Amino acid sequence: MSFAILASTTGRILRQLRHDRRSIGLLIGAPVLLMTLLYFMFEDGGMFDDVVVIVLGIFPFLLMFLVTSIAMLRERTSGTLERLFTTPVGKLDLLFAYGLAFGLAAAVQATVGATVAYVFLDLDTVGSPWFVVLIAVANGLLGVGLGLLCSAFARTEFQAVQFLPVVVIPQILLCGLFVPRDQMAGWLEGVSNVLPLSHGVEALQEVGLHEDPTGVMWRGLGIVVGAVVLALALAAGTLRRRTP
Amino acid sequence: METAIEVRDLTVVRGAREVLHGISTDVPRGVITGLLGPSGSGKTTLFRAIVGVQIVSSGTVTVLGKPAGSAELRRRIGYYTQSPSVYTDLTVRENVRYFASLHSLGAAEADSVIREVGLAEQAGQMVSTLSGGQHSRASLACALVTHPEVLVLDEPTVGQDPVLREELWERFRDLAGRGATLVVSSHIMDEANRCDGLILIREGSIVAEGGPDEIKSRTGTDDLDQAFLRLVREQDAESGHGKEVA
Repeated sequence: MSFAILASTTGRILRQLRHDRRSIGLLIGAPVLLMTLLYFMFEDGGMFDDVVVIVLGIFPFLLMFLVTSIAMLRERTSGTLERLFTTPVGKLDLLFAYGLAFGLAAAVQATVGATVAYVFLDLDTVGSPWFVVLIAVANGLLGVGLGLLCSAFARTEFQAVQFLPVVVIPQILLCGLFVPRDQMAGWLEGVSNVLPLSHGVEALQEVGLHEDPTGVMWRGLGIVVGAVVLALALAAGTLRRRTP
Repeated sequence: METAIEVRDLTVVRGAREVLHGISTDVPRGVITGLLGPSGSGKTTLFRAIVGVQIVSSGTVTVLGKPAGSAELRRRIGYYTQSPSVYTDLTVRENVRYFASLHSLGAAEADSVIREVGLAEQAGQMVSTLSGGQHSRASLACALVTHPEVLVLDEPTVGQDPVLREELWERFRDLAGRGATLVVSSHIMDEANRCDGLILIREGSIVAEGGPDEIKSRTGTDDLDQAFLRLVREQDAESGHGKEVA
C-alpha cells in the first residue's frame, strides 16, 4: 500500500466519473426523483416516513453496485488493469481507491438525498439525520464492495449487469421493505438475517424510531461495514497480477 | 555486453495450446532489440512474461538480475501493449499525469512527453475522441513518461504516419543512447534494420538471433524479408529431415 498511489488513483477514478455527466446525474438525481415519486404515492398514508428512510439506504446500495461493477469490469477488459500491474500499483491500492472514490460519490448522493427528503418531502425521523446519512453511505459502500467482487465473475458489461437480479434484488426483497422481517416465514427470515443489506436497513429503521443511537443500530452498521471489508478482501483475492 | 533480460527454457501454455516451446535468449542492456515474427508467433506472450503478468509453465525470465514481475522491477520497467491501454474516458493529459504519478513524477514530465509524442494539441482532448494513431501515441506516452530502464514495446509504430514513425525511432535511439534497454516488436522489416539486435520468432520457437547485418549475410540476401523466409525454409527442411531419420 502506498498513500501517494492510493491518492492519485482515487483522483483518477473521480476524474473519470466527472467526465461522465450522465452517470453523475443517475447517481444523484435518480434517488431524488424516485423519492419524490414515493412522496406522491403515499400522499394520504402515514407510511411515507417508514418507506423513505429505508429507501435512502437502498438506492446507494443499488446504484453503487451498478456503477462500480461496470467501472471495475472496464478496468479489467480494457487492458489498463494488466498495465497497472506492471507498475508499482498494488491490489489494495486499486481496490481501496475504488472504495474511496465511489464512497465519496455515495456520501454526496446520500447527503443530497437526505437533504431533499428532510427539507422538501417532509421526512420525519425520531433520530438524527446525520445517522441516516452515515448508514446510507455505509450501504453505498456495501454496493461498491459487492460490485468490485462481482465484476471478477463477469467477462463483459452485459454479464456484469446480470448480477443485479442475483445479488442485489434478493437483498432488496428480503430487507424488510415489503414485509417486516419478523413476519416472514422462519427460513426466509433466516436467509434475510445473513444478507448484509437487511442489517443496513434495520439500522436505518432504528434511527427512524429512536432518538438516540441504539445497540441494534450500531450492530447493523457494524455488520454492513464488516461485509464491506470482507467483500474487498475477497475482491483482492480475485485480482491476479499474472494471468494465463 | 551486459544482459538486461535473460530468458531460459521458457514454456508458456495458454488455453490448450503451448504458445512458447522452451525458448532461451539474452537481451543486452542499453540497446534496441527487435522481436520479429508473424502474428500469432508468441511475441506478445513473451513480452507478457518479461513484464511479469504471464503465468508460465516452466523456465525463467530474469530482468535486471531479478525474477520478472518482482515488486522492485515494477519501478524500472515500462510496457506498451499492442492494443492501446489507456483510459478512454480521460483526457490525454489526465492519462499521462496519472501514470507519471504512479512513479512519483509530476505534471511537467507528463507534459513534455505529450509534446514528444506529438499530442500537444490534443492534450486536453478525451482519448475516446482521438484517431487510432493518436490513441496509440497517448498509450505510448504513458509508457515513456516514467523513464524506465527497460522498455517493452509491442508494435509501437503501427498506424503511425512515416514522419511520426521516424521521430519515434529517433526517440527510441536516444533512450538507448542514454542507457535504456528497449525490446520492440514489429512486423515491418524496414524497422528491423534500425535495431541493434534481432530475435526472429515463429510458432513459439526462436528461428534466428543476431544483428540485422549478421542475419542478412548469413542468409546471403540484402533484404530482411527474404532472410526471414530463407531461415524459415531452412528450419522446415531441417525438421522434415529430422522426421525421416526418426
